[in-house]
Amino acid sequence: MIYKAGSYEVIVIGAGHAGCEAALASARMGCQTLLVTMSIDHIALMPCNPSIGGPAKAQVVREIDALGGEMALNIDKANLQIRTINTGKGPAVQALRAQADKRQYHLEMLKTLFNQKKLDILMAEVEDIELSAARVKAIVTRTGARFECQALVLTTGTYLKGRIIVGDISFDGGPGNQFPAARLSESLKRMGLRLGRFKTGTPPRIDSKSVDFSEMIEQPGDIRPLRFSFISPLINRPQLSCWLTHSNKKTHQIVMDNLDRAPMYTGIIKGIGTRYCPSFEDKVVRFSHKDSHQLFIEPEGRDTDEMYVQGLNTSLPEDVQIEVLKSIPGLENVRIMRTGYAIEYDIIYPSQLKLSLECKTVEGLFTAGQINGTSGYEEAAAQGLIAGINAALQVKDREPLVLKRSESYIGVMIDDLINKEIEEPYRLLTSRAEYRLLLRQDNADLRLTEKGRQIGLVDDNRWMAYQQKEEILEVESNELKFSSFTPADEEMAEFLSYKNTAAIRDRVSLWELLRRPELSIYDYVGKGWLRDNDPDILEQLEIQAKYEGYIEKQKEQVKRFEKLENKMLPPDLNYDEVYGLSQEAVQKLKIVLPASVGQASRIAGVNPADINVLLIFLEKKRRK
Amino acid sequence: MIGDDIAAISTAPGEGGIAIVRLSGNSVIEKVEQIFQPYRAGIKLSDKEGYSLSLGWLCDEKMEIIDEVLLGLMRAPRSYTGEDVVEINCHGGTLPARRCLETVMRQGIRLAQPGEFTRRAFLNGRLDVSQAEAVIEVIRAKTERGMNLALKQLAGRNSREISLLEDQLIEVNAMLEASLDFPDEVGDLDYSVAQGKLREVKNRIDKLLLAGERAEIYREGINVAICGKPNVGKSSLLNALLRKEKAIVTSVPGTTRDIIEDYINIRGIPVKLRDTAGIRFTEDLVERIGIERSQEVISEADLVLFILDVGTGIDQEDREIYEKIEKKNKIVLVNKEDLEEKNISETELEQLFPGVKIVRGSIIEETGLEELEESMEKAVLSGQLQSDDMEVMINLRQKNALLTAKRHIEDSLAVMGKVSLDCLGVDIWGALEALGEINGKNLKEEVIERIFHDFCIGK
Repeated sequence: MIYKAGSYEVIVIGAGHAGCEAALASARMGCQTLLVTMSIDHIALMPCNPSIGGPAKAQVVREIDALGGEMALNIDKANLQIRTINTGKGPAVQALRAQADKRQYHLEMLKTLFNQKKLDILMAEVEDIELSAARVKAIVTRTGARFECQALVLTTGTYLKGRIIVGDISFDGGPGNQFPAARLSESLKRMGLRLGRFKTGTPPRIDSKSVDFSEMIEQPGDIRPLRFSFISPLINRPQLSCWLTHSNKKTHQIVMDNLDRAPMYTGIIKGIGTRYCPSFEDKVVRFSHKDSHQLFIEPEGRDTDEMYVQGLNTSLPEDVQIEVLKSIPGLENVRIMRTGYAIEYDIIYPSQLKLSLECKTVEGLFTAGQINGTSGYEEAAAQGLIAGINAALQVKDREPLVLKRSESYIGVMIDDLINKEIEEPYRLLTSRAEYRLLLRQDNADLRLTEKGRQIGLVDDNRWMAYQQKEEILEVESNELKFSSFTPADEEMAEFLSYKNTAAIRDRVSLWELLRRPELSIYDYVGKGWLRDNDPDILEQLEIQAKYEGYIEKQKEQVKRFEKLENKMLPPDLNYDEVYGLSQEAVQKLKIVLPASVGQASRIAGVNPADINVLLIFLEKKRRK
Repeated sequence: MIGDDIAAISTAPGEGGIAIVRLSGNSVIEKVEQIFQPYRAGIKLSDKEGYSLSLGWLCDEKMEIIDEVLLGLMRAPRSYTGEDVVEINCHGGTLPARRCLETVMRQGIRLAQPGEFTRRAFLNGRLDVSQAEAVIEVIRAKTERGMNLALKQLAGRNSREISLLEDQLIEVNAMLEASLDFPDEVGDLDYSVAQGKLREVKNRIDKLLLAGERAEIYREGINVAICGKPNVGKSSLLNALLRKEKAIVTSVPGTTRDIIEDYINIRGIPVKLRDTAGIRFTEDLVERIGIERSQEVISEADLVLFILDVGTGIDQEDREIYEKIEKKNKIVLVNKEDLEEKNISETELEQLFPGVKIVRGSIIEETGLEELEESMEKAVLSGQLQSDDMEVMINLRQKNALLTAKRHIEDSLAVMGKVSLDCLGVDIWGALEALGEINGKNLKEEVIERIFHDFCIGK
């Protein structure tokens, strides 16, 4: 019996990392929002690795923060270790990474959701989406509740027709043996959406009491831990360590001896897995020349004995998992607490979406996170944020927010999802960003806070902090550029010789001088040439001065890139009528419906000749 | 507009057994049918399949025969341009082809612009960028050797050389990127390995550029000036070389004081041979003009042949001429070795022309000519690659792309170890981008593929 249960402006289905961001963004932008989850006890669950950040991902978390999202603030409250990795490899790839306390992460997010005005939370399984003339109309839960809505954000994660596999055992289930969303896939297929099936996996969790840490290398956190959010208070709590150990020939032999029981090889698993996150059995087979693989033993929380075995995601049978673990130094007496498993789930091929993450064929339906074929908490959260923002903007009859490749990793990711043929779970990498020297974690606020403010997600508190930072940066960088020294200046000559760097030959500004690798911005503070500002500001000044040459180089590249990005293609363009396009290009262009020639050039199957044809076509149209 | 009907004479101007008028467009078959009378009555051109030949007569509007022709029919999209194509094989020589062309043009088929067939082929997805460029090179190639090079490029030879380069550069980039995106799994970049690989890439680009220059010599040819005092044998040399090659294209005769130009083919290289009037100081106005023009010829020459008379020995006039050509790429030919009395000694030659290639012979008896030709080829190709293992053609666009890539690689080599790795990446990407432009590929995508292939990565 279906009953009328209510009406919302925006409904979000799923309360993982994408769903939480979407619901919060929508409610904060003033829309009456309902967040529907399969389990309130598993909101913002981290079912796989207990960490947030790392190369490309840290940049995304900071971008989420700059736009007014929640992930950065939440991990700043719920971490148990912080490290900056890739130090010394340059500011563009330097990345913060936090080990999370999984339970605390869930609880803090829950608190934030509960405290959010205009946001209701409901535990239910949605089994149908009703349309009215290709527009989202309502959702219906398994228990018959029918909620009307103007926009719907779908963030089903790995729940959509989820199936768990351990060795030769498999059963329907969501992550961590929860219930799967069994019926929604059929509803999506009825709408005409094309679904695919992906696979991911997770390692076993072990009891810390059964681990001999003396056999392992300790990996402590940073002495001065940094924060993800530009507005979080300083972090000052004891940190927990991670531990490094290695697999060996014996381990690999056990895997090889049991390959006939590995579902990856017996054909039980049909979903497409990731190359960058292969199962351990996959690594052993594909890189058979390696005698040893790294394994990190990571705590899952402060109040649990469970530890995560990073590097050992596997769907081997449970008894083989135990045997494998016991062959590893320090784990001879290990006890498994949760078995590793592989999980298969339905996805929507993301080429069916617009850059706003709205479905091309179903108005008002937005999708975000693993349903779009991505992997990773950060990737999911970023899409959830954009989908939530654009759902709210649509309700308010405003233009969608679309971020460019040249201004954010979020833009890189969404552009990739829509233009590439995603054939395996997608993960962000710094090497996917053409202009990564501009897309740093340190300047995410400078890149995106204003956009967040325009859409109404950046509150006064954050906005004022940002404006103040911007102003100080302007004043201080000008001061550095205008205070210059001549070779005759004795204090400077003495300072340079003390720093073991060459004397100056012409008049030179402090800004220019900072390019020398021997000098640091803190030297200037020490000499009293610069005020002792907030470390964030000092870091920003130093990066801008030291990398100015390369940053300018990239800005030039961006200008060239944007030429094609700004050549817009009419949305109603009939590609069948563009004479000279290859057949494959016509097919692909009709599916993707790119907004610009630049976007068209990134579509798989559209070659440079087709781009020339499009340019000629546009030029002809312009001349008419 | 693409799709309208175009026509052009596709064979080179001049005498030949047959000439081809090529037509392409949406309705060329229907239009030619109106003016074609097949040998076997009842055969309709428009019923014929692609890749078929039809013998018959091409006629004008009054059905008067223009020429006996063989029609080749190719149907869209399986033709050179991707459109319907008709090739009219008519009799050779300028006139029949012109008359055929005029006849089809009266059917409402317009004259093609230069390169329009190729442009259509390209726009219809029949050619990739470098193939399209190669076709233009085929059209422009001046000798058979140049032709072979162009054909090899068509077959993807260039693309292969470039992909080897791409492959090496992708490998270095993948090493760098893997160390940045997967620091836990991959560890730090090994500078010495990266440096070695980048140097290899740079050397490869250098080789390609040199090979390209050599190909350009075969395609564009060279200017050779013949110098020497009067009666030393300049005209005889010219005639002897011409006779030997039997490859006269044009001959521009003039007065004795005019420059005489001839095109010959020496070992596959198109050579423009130019005889110069004697170079000496004179009051004679006509002769002075001749001398000024001679100097012009010398300055334009890629190679100078300086002829001496073994009978007269080396005199003041020879020395004066030699002063004018001293800085040029040159060969000294000691002529008239058939004479009994020889007044030029080896030591004299070595003293006067140190390091210069000397050929001794007799033009009248045609001795030493082989050696002369061999020396000319060597002199022109010195520095360029001699071996045939890298035959490529590089046009201006490709050359610029290679030079840009090379500059970026040199930049990365210069800053390696001095700047952070993300900055190093900017230069290496610059090189990748430049190389990718040659074949219109996005190489960054391939870098990511390579990372997953080469490195064991994953949680």
